[in-house]
Amino acid sequence: MSVRIGIVLFPGSNRDIDARNAIEVAGAEPVMLWHEEANLSGVAGVLLPGGFAYGDYLRAGVIARFSPVMRAVSAFAADGGLVLGICNGFQVLAEAGLVPGALLRNRSLRFVCRQVTIAPERLDSPFTKLVGERRALRLPVAHGEGCYYADEATLDGLERDGQVLFRYVRPDGDVAPPGDPANPNGSVRGIAGVTNAAGTVAGLMPHPETAVEAILGSDDGLAIIRSFVASAAERAGSGRLVEVGGR
Amino acid sequence: MTVATSFRYAVNVTPKPGILDPQGRAVEGSLGHLGIEGVRDVRVGRRVELTVDAADEATARAIVERMAGELLSNPLIEAYAIEALGATSSTLSEATA
Repeated sequence: MSVRIGIVLFPGSNRDIDARNAIEVAGAEPVMLWHEEANLSGVAGVLLPGGFAYGDYLRAGVIARFSPVMRAVSAFAADGGLVLGICNGFQVLAEAGLVPGALLRNRSLRFVCRQVTIAPERLDSPFTKLVGERRALRLPVAHGEGCYYADEATLDGLERDGQVLFRYVRPDGDVAPPGDPANPNGSVRGIAGVTNAAGTVAGLMPHPETAVEAILGSDDGLAIIRSFVASAAERAGSGRLVEVGGR
Repeated sequence: MTVATSFRYAVNVTPKPGILDPQGRAVEGSLGHLGIEGVRDVRVGRRVELTVDAADEATARAIVERMAGELLSNPLIEAYAIEALGATSSTLSEATA
């Protein structure tokens, strides 16, 4: 039986179909989770897809944060469950305090929709362990509020504790600081993705789920989705063994 | 007798000092087109006005404080200030400013 991955559907989510496709391409079974349901149906991992949850009113992600499903996702995360937030999903996680920092309006004030290059900062995380080596990953971005921000002390702490997961990089592989054309939104220290302290909840602005097949322009995102699915399967597998052993 | 009172507030949410505010910068950048000089430090925020029905001002203000801190502002990047706009009572016609 393939591992079941929950995909949360908020009113205004629009990358849920891409997320569903990516989970299937990675060999797992997608399970759609409606925002009004405070029940995760026993999934092994949760993906918060991109879009404009609740119209992004007030601030991107904040209304979604208080939805019933997010109470369940918070409890799941507190229990060590794997959660991946992509784009608007990252904004929801940040507003919910499940990952550190905030996503500000792009420094350019423009909505950016193009290919970017990111590099994993860690290769041992549940979300990157199948990437193989530190290499450039070509992924699309599509957002108006993706400028990662945290204060200097927090940033130092994130770097010290290995919570920076991805950074925007230039063609030569160097990190792209704010103002560099390879940094699409002005994110501080070129940060494109972060994790919580436990490393089990991750958010990133670029879209790995829409870059899982070469015909779509890039399949560099597949390693991220596969890592997430494999890590969730391991966690579910160990849980099932305990369950079976108890019978 | 219970007097139901309506308290009117405004919550002003602004980017914290030091937080990049590209909207403020864009506004500032446009001033040249109006022939306006000498304006700087433009910061764009948000104002939310609301009415709270509560037994007394302290109760009403506590509700607004919670809203402002948990929903209307993100404490990592924004500061808020609560402004009382007055109260009206459903049984007494007096209004305080």
